[in-house]
Amino acid sequence: MGLKIVVLAKQVPDTRNVGKDAMKADGTVNRAALPAIFNPEDLNALEQALRLKDKYPGTEVTILTMGPGRAADIIREGLYRGADNGYLLTDRAFAGSDTLATSYAISCAIKKMDECDLIIAGRQAIDGDTAQVGPQVAEKLNLPQVTYAEEVLSAEKKKIVIRRRLERGVETVEMPLPGVITVNASAPDCRPRNAKLLMKFKHAKTITERQSEAEDYIDLTADRPYLNIEEWSVNDIETDTKWLGLSGSPTKVKKIENVVFQAKEAKRLTPADEEIDELMKELIANHTIG
Amino acid sequence: MNNIFVICEIEEGKVADVSLELMTKGRSLANELNCKLEALVLGHNLKGVEKELYPYGADVVHIGDDERLDPYTTLPHTSIIVDLFEKEKPQIALLGASTFGRDLGPRVSSALVSGLTADCTSLEIGDHEDKKAKKQYKDLLYQIRPAFGGNIVATIINPDCRPQMATVREGVMKKEIYDATYKGKVNKIEVDKILKPEDLVVKIIERHMEKSKVNIKNSSIIVAGGYGVGSKENFEKLEELAHVLGGEVGASRAAVDAGYADHNRQIGQTGVTVRPKLYIACGISGQIQHTAGMEESAMIIAINNDPNAPINKIADYVITGDVGVVVPKLIKFYKQNTK
Repeated sequence: MGLKIVVLAKQVPDTRNVGKDAMKADGTVNRAALPAIFNPEDLNALEQALRLKDKYPGTEVTILTMGPGRAADIIREGLYRGADNGYLLTDRAFAGSDTLATSYAISCAIKKMDECDLIIAGRQAIDGDTAQVGPQVAEKLNLPQVTYAEEVLSAEKKKIVIRRRLERGVETVEMPLPGVITVNASAPDCRPRNAKLLMKFKHAKTITERQSEAEDYIDLTADRPYLNIEEWSVNDIETDTKWLGLSGSPTKVKKIENVVFQAKEAKRLTPADEEIDELMKELIANHTIG
Repeated sequence: MNNIFVICEIEEGKVADVSLELMTKGRSLANELNCKLEALVLGHNLKGVEKELYPYGADVVHIGDDERLDPYTTLPHTSIIVDLFEKEKPQIALLGASTFGRDLGPRVSSALVSGLTADCTSLEIGDHEDKKAKKQYKDLLYQIRPAFGGNIVATIINPDCRPQMATVREGVMKKEIYDATYKGKVNKIEVDKILKPEDLVVKIIERHMEKSKVNIKNSSIIVAGGYGVGSKENFEKLEELAHVLGGEVGASRAAVDAGYADHNRQIGQTGVTVRPKLYIACGISGQIQHTAGMEESAMIIAINNDPNAPINKIADYVITGDVGVVVPKLIKFYKQNTK
C-alpha cells in the first residue's frame, strides 16, 4: 500500500554557526550573513518519509514549505534526496506570521493538495525553537498528532506505529491515519543527495525562478513536468485573510533586545601553581567547596 | 473568571517540579494582578493531589481523574482543557516546556485561537500601547525569551487573545512554598461528559519510563565542559574534578554535539537551567544559549585559553590557560588543602 506523505520543511538561518560578521556594528543580527539551510529536524522528518517510501512501494513524498522565493532551494534539496515533488507557499500576505498564523496557512495549503495519509514535520526549527507548528497544523486539520517521534515502525491498514522519545523514557504509540507526526533530532540522519536525482532535478524550478532566467528554461517543463516546483500564492489556496500574517497572529513582538553581557569585574588568574593553590584555599575558606 | 491557570504535570504519582515552579511564579503574578491562582491536574488515581498544590497558593484545584487520562495522550487532555477554559476564561495559562507541555500547549492554544510563547525565561506584568490602533492595554503578560539562536531576547505579548499562554522549562523559575497552611477548594471535572470516542484514537502500546539518572539541576557544584575541552579524554578529567568536589558534570550544546558528553547533561537554552553554588566552566566560550542556563550561578570560574571569551564577562574568576593543565591542578590543590 502506497502512502501519500507531506513533509513540512522550513528554510532557516543557520543560527548554530554564528560567525563574527553575524552581528552588525549596531548590535543587531545580520541575517544576510547567516547561511540559509534546511532546518535540521525537518531533514530527520524527510528521512522517515523516505524510509516509508522504501518500505511501501507507490508511496509519494511531497515537500511543503512556506517562505520567500529562495526557499525553493530546500525543495530541490529534498528532491535530490528522494522526495517526489514540492510546493512552495510564498506571498507577502504571510509575512509577520507567528506559529498560529503559519499553521493556519500551511493547513489551508494541505487542504488544497490531494488527500494525504500522513504529514511529517521536524519537531522544531532552529530559528524559533518553539515546536508549535506541528501540533497546531494537526489541530487546524482536526487530525491526531504524535510528537517527539524517533522512528516510524510500520504504517499498514491505515494505522501507523511510532516510537517516541520523551525526556524520561520511550513510548510506542499507534495512531490512525491520516495524522501528523513531528520528528526529533535523535531520529536517524537524512540520507545524502543521490547523484542521479541531483542530475534529474538540477533544473527543477518554480515559475518565478524560470521567468527570471534565460528563455530556454521556460519551456523545459513542457515535456518534463517533474521539473516544475509548484508555487502557490495566497490566491491559490482558500483562506480567510484575517487569520493570515500579522492580523492572524495573536502574539506580537513588543521588544527585541540584542544580547549584551553585563560587565562585572572578574579576578584574573594564570595556571601557576601558587595561584591555583590560593584559589582553592579561598574557596574552601568561604565554604564554596569542601 | 480572568484568573491564572497552571496546567500541572504528574510525574511518578506526584506533581512535577516544573509545575510547582510555575505555581510559585503564578502565585506572585496573581498577587500582582489581584486575581486567583488555579491549578489543573488531569490523570488517574489523583486522590489528595490538591494537598500538594495548596501550599503553593492554589485557590482552586481542578481535578480530572479518569483512567483514560493516564498515561497522557494529547487529544483527551486537549478536549478537557479547552472545555474548562471556554467556561473559566483564564487571562493567563502556564505550563512546563516539557515533552508534555510542548505537545499539549500548541494544540490547546490553536483550538482556543490564543497566543502561546515557548520556553520563556522570564514572565512579567506590564502595559502596552498600540500607537497605530490608539489602544491602551493594561497588565499584559510580558513573555520574555531568547530567540534566533539566543542572539536576541524578545518580549512577546498577546494583546487581544486570551488566555495568554506560555511554557517555561524546568529549573528556570524557583520553587517556593507560599504558605504551608494555605487552603483552596477542589473542582472535580466531569470527564465522562467531555470525552468523545474520537479523543481516544491514539493508543499507547508500550511505555518504558526511567527515573532521570543524572540530576545536574539539584547539584550545588557543577563542572561544565564546552567544545574547547577538546576530547573525550579531557572530559574525563572534568568528571574526576566533579567527583572530588562532590558535584556533577555539565556540558554545553557544542560539547554534546561533539559527543563529549551525554545529552542529559546539556546546560543552556535547549538543555537544563542550573543555579548552583559553584559553576566551573571549562573550555566554554559563553554563547548566550549556554549562559542563559547558568548565569545565575552564585559563583562562576571560567577556564579558557581565550582571554577575551564572552564567558569571562560573567565570571567571578577567570583562569586563562589550558583546560588539560588547569583541571588536574585544581584536583591536586583541592586534595592538598583538604587533607
